Amino acid sequence: MPRWVWALPPVAVLALVFLYPLALVVQQSFTADTGEVSFAPYGDVFASEAFREALTTTVWLALGATVGCLVLGFVLALVIAFVPFPGGKAVAKFIDVFLSFPSFLITLALLFIYGSVGMANGVWTGVTGAAEGPFHFLTTPWGVLLAEITYFTPFVMRPLLAAFSQIDTSQLEVASSLGARTWRIVRQVILPEALPALAAGGALVLVMCLNEFGIVLFTGAKGVTTLPMLVYSKAILESDYPAACVVAVVNIAISVGLYGMYRVVSRRVGA
Amino acid sequence: MSSGIRFESVSVAYGKNVVLDSLDLTVEPGEVMALLGPSGSGKTTALRAVAGFVKPASGRVFIGERDVTALPPYRRGIGMVVQQYALFPHLRVEDNVAFGLKAQKVDKAEIPARVAEALEMTGMASYAKRYPRELSGGQQQRVAIARALAIRPNVLLLDEPLSALDAQLRSGMLAELARLHRELPDVSILYVTHDQVEALTLADRIAVMDKARLQDCGTPQELYRRPRTEFTASFVGNANLLPVQVGAAGVRFDGVELSVDTQGAAEGASATLCVRPHLVGLGEGPNALRGTISEVQWRGSTHRLYVEVGEGRHRVKADVRELRETPVLGEDVVLHFAAEDAVLLGAGVSGG
Repeated sequence: MPRWVWALPPVAVLALVFLYPLALVVQQSFTADTGEVSFAPYGDVFASEAFREALTTTVWLALGATVGCLVLGFVLALVIAFVPFPGGKAVAKFIDVFLSFPSFLITLALLFIYGSVGMANGVWTGVTGAAEGPFHFLTTPWGVLLAEITYFTPFVMRPLLAAFSQIDTSQLEVASSLGARTWRIVRQVILPEALPALAAGGALVLVMCLNEFGIVLFTGAKGVTTLPMLVYSKAILESDYPAACVVAVVNIAISVGLYGMYRVVSRRVGA
Repeated sequence: MSSGIRFESVSVAYGKNVVLDSLDLTVEPGEVMALLGPSGSGKTTALRAVAGFVKPASGRVFIGERDVTALPPYRRGIGMVVQQYALFPHLRVEDNVAFGLKAQKVDKAEIPARVAEALEMTGMASYAKRYPRELSGGQQQRVAIARALAIRPNVLLLDEPLSALDAQLRSGMLAELARLHRELPDVSILYVTHDQVEALTLADRIAVMDKARLQDCGTPQELYRRPRTEFTASFVGNANLLPVQVGAAGVRFDGVELSVDTQGAAEGASATLCVRPHLVGLGEGPNALRGTISEVQWRGSTHRLYVEVGEGRHRVKADVRELRETPVLGEDVVLHFAAEDAVLLGAGVSGG
């Protein structure tokens, strides 16, 4: 039996559960209401205010979350890797566990604390007797940003911790004996060697943020519509399948493009 | 500003584990002091205490007249070279060398000349634009030395700088380091090594360390010709250590009278006699020892014979010039050594 025969079952399964639906989505996006092939759905969607707003929101949320994750992740990884403290190893292990958590769990936890009927507001109303607490940011884009940074930071820390463990500590010691203080060592010795890991982690988080659905849904932020949310509302709420498919195709294109970039970067890192 | 390093009963401990036990040692300005010892002897810890990477549990460290015990590493003004070079991989050779100058806020206009000077001194001037990964191990170590010298330190710490190089490069670099020291007569050098040849070649004085303590300190000649302890005798060079009883005009070894200088040791005391293997001769002579050959190692220019001597079958090593006919195992031979080539080590020294 020729070897390619063994490839048939997985390809068949893949085609059935993934490629065929994907093709349908793409096909649907090129189908006008009348049933003929046309670019009309694209024209309609691109022209709509909702789509442009969702695209902007998605991109800036993703960019903001990525920058936040990079900064926070870099600082936290620095501390874990280079400042010996009791339990440091346990924290590093916990990061691995954290990666396996579902994204909505973080949002749920934040809701418990800062939600409109959460603990923080509960304490406030209990103490002051006011009708409602002062914490409403969770339903704004800032709440989504906070949740995304909280959830995705460990994804940046993983590659960073791996990169930091490769740095020869005698380099840091020699640098300090040459007269460099902590800040200079971080900037000129550690950061340059961590750049590839930062790029890889950042690209990964950017792609994941662009596609994030659970976090946005769970914060219950009415005004925050991202591309995945738009797909959801077009398809499920408005039953406008062509438009939903157009948005989905755009989302896929952006993600796949960024994933390609991520692969190129991570191949250069050798990760 | 004077250089020199002074340890005043410096102890270092990790938890209950004492890794350096009240070290008292002075490195004079311009002196090369080798810290020689096996791994775990505390020699690297002593160097790290000077650099500021370990905090002494007690005692004080001085550089010149300055007490640096509480100073952070970046304020000590020390040049340091480590075994694995530790060059910054993303910086070119010239930027590696300039790193310390920039960190110390040396006038920008002055930096290129200082970098060129340091690279010139180590013979790496033509490699200024290369990256470390484009250099061989020996070249990387030269850059590391240039980087340490560029900041014009008064004290240079070398932590096993040649251990990662192969034997041939190592002897070349030894000569290079000796030349650098002649060109920089004011710099005090603390040189940590486990290699006796490096220590004997380079050092003005050697501090022998073992089990977290300073065991002995002296010039290479003193330590080699007149060691004071068994450890020094066996670690600085090779040694036969024979358990002997001090007699009236010599010592008694396994029933044989040997005439050596007893240096006034009390009669009847137990002591150890140290004889270097290359000073033991084959054939009849003064202080003859009879025995049988138990092992022969041919080393090219020499033969090393292991001879079991006397009733106690003590193993005596003899390094003799290459023999025309390799001795046969089990052959009866006579060894001898001159009285002045034997050193009686302090009576009461524990066996080892």
